[in-house]
Amino acid sequence: MLKTFPKGGIHPAENKITSSKAIKRMPVPKVVYVPIAQHIGIPSEIIVDRKDKVEIGQVIAKSGGFVSSNIHSPVAGTVTKLDMIVDTSGYKKQCIVIRTDVKNESNFEVQDFPLKKEITMGQKDILKHITDSGIVGLGGATFPSHVKLDLKNDNKVDCLIINGVECEPYLTADHRLMLERADEIIVGIQILMHALHINEAVIGIENNKKDAVKALKRAGQSDKRIKVAALQVKYPQGSEKQLIKAILKREVPKGGLPMDVGVIVHNVGTIFSIYLAVQYDQPLIERVVTVTGKKIENASNFWVKIGTPIKDLVAEVGGLPEGTRKIVNGGPMMGKAIKNTDVPVTKGTSGILVISEDEASRQDPKNCIRCGHCVFVCPMGLEPHLLMNLSEKGLYERAASEDIMTCIECGSCSYVCPSHRPLLDYIRFGKSIIKKLNTAKN
Amino acid sequence: MADPIIISASPHVHSDRTSKRVMYDVLYALIPAFLVSIYVFGINALILTSVAVISCIVFEYLIQKYLLKTEIAIADGSALITGILLAFNLPSNLPIWMIIIGAFIAIGVAKLSFGGLGYNIFNPALVGRVFLLVCFPVQMTSWPIAVENYLSLDAVTGETTLGIIKEGLMYGETMTTISEKIPSVMELLLGITSGSAGEMSALALLLGGLFLIVRKVITWHIPVTILVTMAVMTGVFWLVNPELYANPLIHILSGGAILGAFYMATDLVTSPMTKKGMVIFAIGIAIITVVIRLFGAYPEGVSFAILIMNAFVPLIDKYFKPRRFGNKIKSKIM
Ligand code: SF4
Ligand code: SF4
Repeated sequence: MLKTFPKGGIHPAENKITSSKAIKRMPVPKVVYVPIAQHIGIPSEIIVDRKDKVEIGQVIAKSGGFVSSNIHSPVAGTVTKLDMIVDTSGYKKQCIVIRTDVKNESNFEVQDFPLKKEITMGQKDILKHITDSGIVGLGGATFPSHVKLDLKNDNKVDCLIINGVECEPYLTADHRLMLERADEIIVGIQILMHALHINEAVIGIENNKKDAVKALKRAGQSDKRIKVAALQVKYPQGSEKQLIKAILKREVPKGGLPMDVGVIVHNVGTIFSIYLAVQYDQPLIERVVTVTGKKIENASNFWVKIGTPIKDLVAEVGGLPEGTRKIVNGGPMMGKAIKNTDVPVTKGTSGILVISEDEASRQDPKNCIRCGHCVFVCPMGLEPHLLMNLSEKGLYERAASEDIMTCIECGSCSYVCPSHRPLLDYIRFGKSIIKKLNTAKN
Repeated sequence: MADPIIISASPHVHSDRTSKRVMYDVLYALIPAFLVSIYVFGINALILTSVAVISCIVFEYLIQKYLLKTEIAIADGSALITGILLAFNLPSNLPIWMIIIGAFIAIGVAKLSFGGLGYNIFNPALVGRVFLLVCFPVQMTSWPIAVENYLSLDAVTGETTLGIIKEGLMYGETMTTISEKIPSVMELLLGITSGSAGEMSALALLLGGLFLIVRKVITWHIPVTILVTMAVMTGVFWLVNPELYANPLIHILSGGAILGAFYMATDLVTSPMTKKGMVIFAIGIAIITVVIRLFGAYPEGVSFAILIMNAFVPLIDKYFKPRRFGNKIKSKIM
């Protein structure tokens, strides 16, 4: 039996249409829109001004605190505007608009970085490079990576878990990266193990990506400290807590962090960025994005500059198909629906999913028939029907005592409910109110 | 773009499980038992089931439209299923007006007065049945005898297996003599016996029950726990004194135990939501059933047992919660 997490979970249709599509390079966009709040935490501080000329990879907004991150210019060009634009959150956020200098060759030469295996840097330098390069969790959480690596001296972290699960339907960005850059990912893992003095690393990959399991096993062969764990296919295995439980059988305590059970988790994409940052001093200015949908003509995976408007991506795959009703930034389970395609790609964009008429609309909710399925599938052991009920009635304190705050918003409950009840909508709403009440109290 | 872009929160996909599909699955699962009941009881079973179903649906429609003035919910299929299950729990030669009263109690009192689908505490079909049993004990316990009554409206009636046993034991007979008067295990499995319309063939009911489990409408926890607990309890009594107590196989195969375990106790609305809770609920049903059967005045007790345990479901749900992830786990670093 393959490993997996024990409680809950679902298996939605995988629809990994693009899993055999090699990652192509998106043409350099004419204009990039770089938001300054691309990560969880404090927004970065803009350090350029209108009309400034910027080089590719130059810092244009610097980290605004410890839980924050640098942002670099994805292109060489001129800052045309500091503007407010709607980003993937649906809110207007500050953003640096840069016009690409079409005459500057550095924009167009594709840098080919040959595999570099030896790690020459010391621990401090490695961490500094990761911090300076603006690396954040690329799995979607966008948590600044250096924060996770800032271990106190008395830490007991003994295992590094690499998240190559990609349990979201449709998305194949991590899958392709693992296939095409297996060697680099292994070196990235070794860099982190070296910097953090960890002697065990496990790469978790769901078994619907057998080729990726093979590729990484081959690449990591010579390093006995690195193991590859093929996992049963089950959503939401990519969630840190579920992944740690699946691989190590350790359970992160309520309200705790992976570090509390001696584990650090990084996504494969993040590891690849760390490799580039440490071995080649490359900041995070591009990432792999899956552009997909059942009716999309040339769905594929792309290397995309941060700040590229999503409409450029959509044009690249053949345009929005007839009857498009929803555009999602991310996967179908946890992604955010966006209003239009002017929104730019950010560090957290793992995919663009275009959904058409037949799948886009929700059905009207009916009475709860107490079938218990939401309870069965909740990976956190919650009772979604009860939490929805409590938030609906405004009984927030009871909702809190029923552990509403531990909900990881995976959406499994809403996915299975035969009565189409918007369980997660109400749970999110309840959580946000409780958060506000708590800050008001403090 | 002609159509507006929809902005809604995740998840953006839904499984193909809908309440309609759940209801249809229950319907399909009941087909084998329905066919057996028609084979065994002939035209009477057909009349009984049609009357029960039609009156349940009509009552739901009328009450929702004229009394409650709410949305008409007959399309969700739940009244239809209540009708079939009610019919399955009645003797096939029950007068039509009694069936209609049963349907009214099931839909009007047990379901809609609690707030409709999802809010009722007691299994509607069973409330209907028990109401009739209490009001019309004679008609409710005169069971037509199998096959002999094919196509005839006036049925020859007889006793159920458990009824024969109870009576026999009351008059001081031993199980050895009684066992000659009751159907064989094979007959119980196939359904050549007497009893409520739908509780006839254990095999047909098991087939449908299995389908429900495969389709994930129900889980194994409730039916298996009920049947195993009943077998263990009646088995102990039987081993102690086989002349005074019927063997576990007879108990499981007769008196609606299987109908109750797979179709009545598992009613989604009136059973617990967690697997732990389901097991507790099922053990409770089995114990009460066996106690009624062995020591109570009625020969059979599944319906009462389920209704009694229905009342405990809110409590069970409150105390048997799923184990929260990460609860009471000490962190490695303090
Ligand atoms: S309650 Fe939260 S954690 Fe549980 S299934 Fe629903 S979204 Fe996922
Ligand atoms: S899945 Fe839906 S219908 Fe079933 S118990 Fe949960 S909320 Fe109720």
